[in-house]
Amino acid sequence: MSAVSWPGERRRWPARAVLGLGVLLLVASFLVGSARGAYAISPLQLWAVVGDVLGGVAPSSPEHLVFMNIRLPRLLLGVAAGAALGLSGALMQGLFRNPLADPGLIGVSSGAALAAGTTIVLGSLWFPEMPRTLGSWTLVLTAFAGSLGVTLLVYTLSQQDGATRVGLMLLAGIAINALAGAGLGYLTFLATDEQLRNIQFWLLGSLGGARWSAVLLVFSIVVVSVGTGLTLARPLNAIALGEAQAALLGVPVERIKRFAVLVTALAVGAVTATTGIIGFIGLMAPHCVRLVAGPDHRIVLPSSALLGAALVLAADSVARTVVQPAELPLGVLTAFVGVPFFLLLLRHFRSRL
Amino acid sequence: MNARSLADFSLLQGLLEAVDVVVEAPGKTLLQAASARFVAGQVSAILGPNGAGKSTLMSVLTGQRQPDGGQVRLAGQALAGYSPQDLARVRACVAQETQVAFEFTVREVVELGRYPHRRQAAGHEADIAMQAMQATAVEHLADRQLNTLSGGEKARVHLARALAQVWENTSAPGPRWLLLDEPTAALDLQHQHRMLQLARDWAREQGVGVVAVLHDLNLALRYSDRCVVLQGGQLVAGGATAEVLTPARIHQVWGVCAHPVPGGGERNVLQYVFEPGQEDAARRPVAPLAPAPLYG
Repeated sequence: MSAVSWPGERRRWPARAVLGLGVLLLVASFLVGSARGAYAISPLQLWAVVGDVLGGVAPSSPEHLVFMNIRLPRLLLGVAAGAALGLSGALMQGLFRNPLADPGLIGVSSGAALAAGTTIVLGSLWFPEMPRTLGSWTLVLTAFAGSLGVTLLVYTLSQQDGATRVGLMLLAGIAINALAGAGLGYLTFLATDEQLRNIQFWLLGSLGGARWSAVLLVFSIVVVSVGTGLTLARPLNAIALGEAQAALLGVPVERIKRFAVLVTALAVGAVTATTGIIGFIGLMAPHCVRLVAGPDHRIVLPSSALLGAALVLAADSVARTVVQPAELPLGVLTAFVGVPFFLLLLRHFRSRL
Repeated sequence: MNARSLADFSLLQGLLEAVDVVVEAPGKTLLQAASARFVAGQVSAILGPNGAGKSTLMSVLTGQRQPDGGQVRLAGQALAGYSPQDLARVRACVAQETQVAFEFTVREVVELGRYPHRRQAAGHEADIAMQAMQATAVEHLADRQLNTLSGGEKARVHLARALAQVWENTSAPGPRWLLLDEPTAALDLQHQHRMLQLARDWAREQGVGVVAVLHDLNLALRYSDRCVVLQGGQLVAGGATAEVLTPARIHQVWGVCAHPVPGGGERNVLQYVFEPGQEDAARRPVAPLAPAPLYG
């Protein structure tokens, strides 16, 4: 209210504007993602397809088949992936009270990567008949199990006297991530050239493995996790005062920590198992939101999920069109699309940091 | 006397008690069989030299630290038997220092004090936050980011948050409590007095129990009704502040000579001027006093 403007204190955007913009970005990137691709679908054709689907008309046109069987599951997987990563990033940063935290910190990604690498390299030795392409059930399930297992290990290592020590979790996470990285390094040493390429592509992420069966499962896991995650907003605001002060305000700190880790492990674990590692979204989306809307988690959590989803969809529609008929790895694009956007925001709002 | 009648009215209701509290750290006893009673409607000071166990006693009273022996009772019931939510509705605590992550504004931090209460009309909550900010004179900083403020301003914001937390008795019966660990440490002279005057007004007028760790004995003399004195992890004295803080006791515990200010009394800020004694207070042997319950 004061007439003097203090350094670092520009007016924040109102919550409704931020959430509205998030929804708008998501809808826009969803529409662009629906239209663009190796088989372009014009807005009119898209409209006709939607009419057909709603009217229960049997698929008649190629665009109908392409949209319903290839593009829609891919878009939904993208929404799930972005929402899971964005929300989990905000949860982890809030829980660790550290803006550098991201979902990978608690071992979700490295666990999935190690398990995926093991399946790709050793699976071909021991169970040669198993399918091991991106999005195949074997790879998805082992990667999901790997991410949950490693997260559980990090969580267990951070227990002391019946409480979870966040500082310990940070260090245990870094150590276990390094160990998983070494394991993966050893696997790449063992791998054949083709396996090496598979691992490399898995590590860069892709929505290309989207099939309805897996997408529906991942989507429902993410919906439940994100729904649970959103209820943690007020407690996370209190935890910004420190765990001790939050507990004195009546926050069940230990339960909040468990929920935040569980939500992250399930949502990001399920997504990563299906898409491989999609970097940067979990770190960046919450920062973008905080820069324009302030740190209130009641805005940061939902907006990070919306922005994460929009960014993944935008990156994916570029990934599958710039070098068609081939596809760029998604992880390359999230960085290419995300980093300039992030740097632009940083420049614009640098005084707030 | 208002405070006394309130205490008599419901003897147990208005009591916060430490009963034979023992706190041990590896190789050291931080608190040794400390028993003390704090009464709602009064300002009680916890006094003692550095490292005497003041903050340890405070952390046991707030329930942040589980004692290795003994227990803390609120209204006659063990502190451990309360749910954190129920405690948070009647009791606010301010730590020596609180680091706030992210760029929360002063208003947002003060509004966090309303966390334990069932949400009422948004206007009512905003009113309470504003009045709490006015009480500690930070309302002009409401839209500033907390982390851009000075240490003293931050301290006043956290005090406002604590006031907002126990602003009114809606969801729980019984007296409310304010537990303050060195609330005046970062404050300038004027705000030290404003803050403690506020605490005393709340105690007198609303029956709030205030327990504060203080270093300034003159402030303790002026604003606290009762005090306990810690030395080397033991409670060595307790009672009405003016009776406890005699020059002899001050010399014995702090190792400084206290000279009464001529004409010093209720109206004056200073009661003593101090001059350093010969010995280092921390190395002085603890007076062998049997720790006894202290009655409020």
